[in-house]
Amino acid sequence: MSRNDTTQFGPPRPAPAWLGWGALLFFLFTQVYAVVTSPADAMMGHLQKILYVHVPSAWVTFAAFGVVLVASIHFLWKEDERADLLAAASAEVGAMFCGLTLIQGMLWGRPTWGVWWSWDARLTSTLVLFLIFVGYLALRSFVEDPHRRGQWSAAVGILGAINVPIVWMSVRWWRTLHQIQSDPREVAPVFLRGWLLNVAAFSLIAVWFIWKRYEAARYERAAEHAAQAAALGGNNG
Amino acid sequence: MTSAAPLQTRQLALDARGVARRFGARWILRGVNLQVQAGEMVGLLGHNGCGKSTFMRIVATLLKPSAGDCFVYGANVKTEGDDVRHHVGFFSHIPGLYDDLTARENLAFAATMLGFPAADIDAALERVGLTHVTHERVRGFSAGMQRRLSLARLILQRPRLLLLDEPYNNLDVAGIALMNSFIRELNAAGGAAVVVLHDLVPAQGVLDRTVIIRDGRVHEPRPGDFGHDGASPQAITLPAGAAGIS
Amino acid sequence: MAFRDDMRRIRAIVWKDLTTERRSKAGFNSVVSLGVTILVLFGLALGPDAQALRDAAAGALWLAVLFAGVLAFNRSYQVELDGGALEALLLYPGARWAIFAGKLIANLIFVSLMLVIVVAVGLVLFGVRVPAQWPSLLGLMMLGVVGIVALGTFYAAMSSRSRAREVLLPLLLYPMLIPVLLAAMMATKLFLSGDLMNELGTWVSLLGAFDVIFLVATFLAFEYVIEV
Repeated sequence: MSRNDTTQFGPPRPAPAWLGWGALLFFLFTQVYAVVTSPADAMMGHLQKILYVHVPSAWVTFAAFGVVLVASIHFLWKEDERADLLAAASAEVGAMFCGLTLIQGMLWGRPTWGVWWSWDARLTSTLVLFLIFVGYLALRSFVEDPHRRGQWSAAVGILGAINVPIVWMSVRWWRTLHQIQSDPREVAPVFLRGWLLNVAAFSLIAVWFIWKRYEAARYERAAEHAAQAAALGGNNG
Repeated sequence: MTSAAPLQTRQLALDARGVARRFGARWILRGVNLQVQAGEMVGLLGHNGCGKSTFMRIVATLLKPSAGDCFVYGANVKTEGDDVRHHVGFFSHIPGLYDDLTARENLAFAATMLGFPAADIDAALERVGLTHVTHERVRGFSAGMQRRLSLARLILQRPRLLLLDEPYNNLDVAGIALMNSFIRELNAAGGAAVVVLHDLVPAQGVLDRTVIIRDGRVHEPRPGDFGHDGASPQAITLPAGAAGIS
Repeated sequence: MAFRDDMRRIRAIVWKDLTTERRSKAGFNSVVSLGVTILVLFGLALGPDAQALRDAAAGALWLAVLFAGVLAFNRSYQVELDGGALEALLLYPGARWAIFAGKLIANLIFVSLMLVIVVAVGLVLFGVRVPAQWPSLLGLMMLGVVGIVALGTFYAAMSSRSRAREVLLPLLLYPMLIPVLLAAMMATKLFLSGDLMNELGTWVSLLGAFDVIFLVATFLAFEYVIEV
């Protein structure tokens, strides 16, 4: 018996509720911990505390792109549609965190630089990443056939992920050509622990989101497979 | 992953096993089983929208089946598309020609793409009766002329499995005779064919048997399935000449 | 043997694409006119200050080439979609990458010709003195065209066959092209301004590296987007 791209996989493993609650509680804890333990920054005062959520958001954005890359390659290789659904779930969550990163960056930039938007290398390349995510999700919404959607978005996802470091590097070089900005985001050791804890908390939350989204996508597919079984029933058993 | 075809599959020109295909949530094909021997000519009937064309496109590797397996001379349409494409010639209502190229240029392009750059294009054009428009652009061609030009492309290719989707549309009596002579010629050379039809009359004397697609599956036809003057399947599977066209 | 067949196929596709394009001159002429129109609009937006225009020339040139070029990419598949030719193309045996290579080369020739005209007009409009080493400028710009055409030909294979193709292609293509565009713009700008800081070489090699990466990636991925 040969398998094919609509092989049924049975029901997905549901995301456990304790993971969601745990992630939320841990997240709340790390916020309090980070704020309480860190002294006001010498130059920026309490403004600096936005970095506790900014950097973890950025980290989650990149991790999500990594998942899109790996899942897309897996889909093209094995034609396992679960990988396609995982890539889609990860891209949605990644786009959300990418948007958060941008907003936090702007919130930070306004008091620091006096403008909401500066063509800072990191802000700019994050914006480009956001646009790549948007393109990926737009493609998914414009293609109905599941097989075609899977193949196309996998190809677009892989190329987009390849492009991430390239965008990063080229924007950085483009910036430094004009003016070399002193980087105010050097990390003092006293902030490091709260920061790492936040990275862990954000990662947990992202895992929970992706898992839930993936689960929903699996149920949508399971419904389609049920329709398939009904349609095929009786002929080839 | 290349799945090895079962042994008996290798003798078959076409071996479709439970081929299913959906568009969105709608299932067009629900498990088509059809075996065609080398040298066999099979007619495929069914109502509009029953999935005949979808099935043909799956065999031609233009669509992937949503479920099931399909082999052409032992090559899997899902995983060995290039091998399948060496065997099949697909002829449909879509001309697949370039409007801004001349008849000859279209055929020369097709010949190169098929891997026969030295094919005799002028002979093919002569056979389909398009010599007088060799150097005219396809844009000005009538539907029937475009059909003939597509047929000339098949003549260059001489496929081992002919997939004809309503081949007689837009063809005049001479065109139908031309088509039938080409089918018989390939048949004599051991080729097989699957012919989608809505009207059995033009194909009289060409087909070995007919099947019908209903509810997304293949069935043996019942007498009522043929709309023409109560013609029975037996009547249309008579050998050539026994039931002449009036 | 199979390889030689594929080479013949590539040549046939290039010939076919360029011949159909040549016979419907409207395509090339309107794309070039669009490129020039965009340059005029940039000129008006940037104001009559001669120095400002000269400074912005490199960016305006590339954006004009990009916006006009995008039309060419969708057109290149439109030829295949009219009359169902893409179906016939996919029915031929042979490697899928040969189809991509053929379309890529045809688009390269098309966009390069367009670029030469648009750049010539742009240098005049923006008051940039034509540099003595203009062949080097052209060579440098060709590097940029390779990157744009590789990604454009690849994404148009999807967008031209989807709903909302007019919006989908730019939405997918522009963000992906940002590194190539940045490098091309910087290199052109440095070239036109005399490269006082000796940075031109870096940007040109960067551009070349991007071209190689995107060419390899699109060639490998094309099979997956054209077959379905």
